[in-house]
Amino acid sequence: MTAVPVPYRVVARWTESPDTATLRIEPVREPLAPFVPGQFAMVWAFGRGEIPLSVSAIPTTGGLAHTVRSVGAVSEGLYAAKVGDVIGLRGPYGTGWELEKAVGQDLVVVAGGIGLAPLRPLIRDTVADPKPYGRLNVLVGARTPADLMAKVETRQWPTAYTGVIVDRPDANWVGQIGVVTKLLDRAHFEPHRTTAFICGPEPMIRAAARDLVHRGVAPSSVRVSLERNMRCGTGHCGHCQLGPLLLCQEGPVVGWDQAEPVLHTREL
Amino acid sequence: MTTVSTMLNALPAEHRQRLLRIAREVAFPAGTRLFEEGGHADRFWIIRTGSVALDTHVPGRRSPVIETLGHGELVGWSWMFSPYVWQFGAGTQTPVRAYEFDATAVRSMCNDDTALGMAVSQWVGRVLAHRLHAARTRLLDLYAPYGSGSGMRR
Repeated sequence: MTAVPVPYRVVARWTESPDTATLRIEPVREPLAPFVPGQFAMVWAFGRGEIPLSVSAIPTTGGLAHTVRSVGAVSEGLYAAKVGDVIGLRGPYGTGWELEKAVGQDLVVVAGGIGLAPLRPLIRDTVADPKPYGRLNVLVGARTPADLMAKVETRQWPTAYTGVIVDRPDANWVGQIGVVTKLLDRAHFEPHRTTAFICGPEPMIRAAARDLVHRGVAPSSVRVSLERNMRCGTGHCGHCQLGPLLLCQEGPVVGWDQAEPVLHTREL
Repeated sequence: MTTVSTMLNALPAEHRQRLLRIAREVAFPAGTRLFEEGGHADRFWIIRTGSVALDTHVPGRRSPVIETLGHGELVGWSWMFSPYVWQFGAGTQTPVRAYEFDATAVRSMCNDDTALGMAVSQWVGRVLAHRLHAARTRLLDLYAPYGSGSGMRR
């Protein structure tokens, strides 16, 4: 791990949705230590600044990649990066999904919009070596069809159940309409031997985690990726503190048993 | 509790069997209108396979779909409450197989057998609670990006 950004070159770029792009990158010189799914990097758009981005692919299953939504100056700069451009990376930081702890368990992956990005390497790892795990379920929700990412790849994953649902359909949408938790009724899992992985906007995380726990999944077996204002990545600046948690180090992925109490604390 | 109350897991076996005895097995091709908003709610369905879209009428526009319903879910609850008028429209998105129930017959059975009436009321109530919860969650805008980075404009 280094506190100095390491140069990486964009070797491929594709748009996931109108305001979201994925950048596949390779090191210009020495690479950073390997990332595990769920971890993040501080990604530099030189001349603009840096933002935390979870890895949306890792070298073992498709090459190192980050998915970025253009919402501000830095992310806009990264979104606009072209093949051949150089960006900077610090990391890897934070905790991973810890798929290895889910051996023998059914898996329920719940993604909201581009929350699928940090979950994609986890899904790819499972698809590449499914034997140690039970049934894989991938549930994807989004506000509109345009907000869905990796549409083709999502359909190709060999799962026990893949569900895609949107809140506000357009005229061409012929799929399911409603809230992502509705898909849990269609998923195939035994709650008492299930590990769930959730990433997306916080209201969605809370709704999905609560529903899974209601169904009998242990709170500690519901892994959620929380997002706060990571600045240093090393636990020194405190910007990402959430109650007792420094999310850049003890997160972003934490168990719902840890996350729920702090998310329900007002004015934290 | 947000779990959908399907008929199979919500009703005691004896009541389930009694209801199923008066059910008709029906099949609809995709694109079939089951009922229209404002119409008389004289029946309801439990979906066995396929999906049904609930929609609402907006003058001068294509009817927007509110929600889709699938396997095991109840289509129609307006039959249970006076004035028995459909609140939304419904149409099949795919070929659908379902159990169809005559509302008058079911209400009559419920009136004659308070235990059955209570079980059916509990079941429909749980379905309504689930859908109210889902609707409220959607009102929150589940995918609003606060806490997901864009609020920080970075």
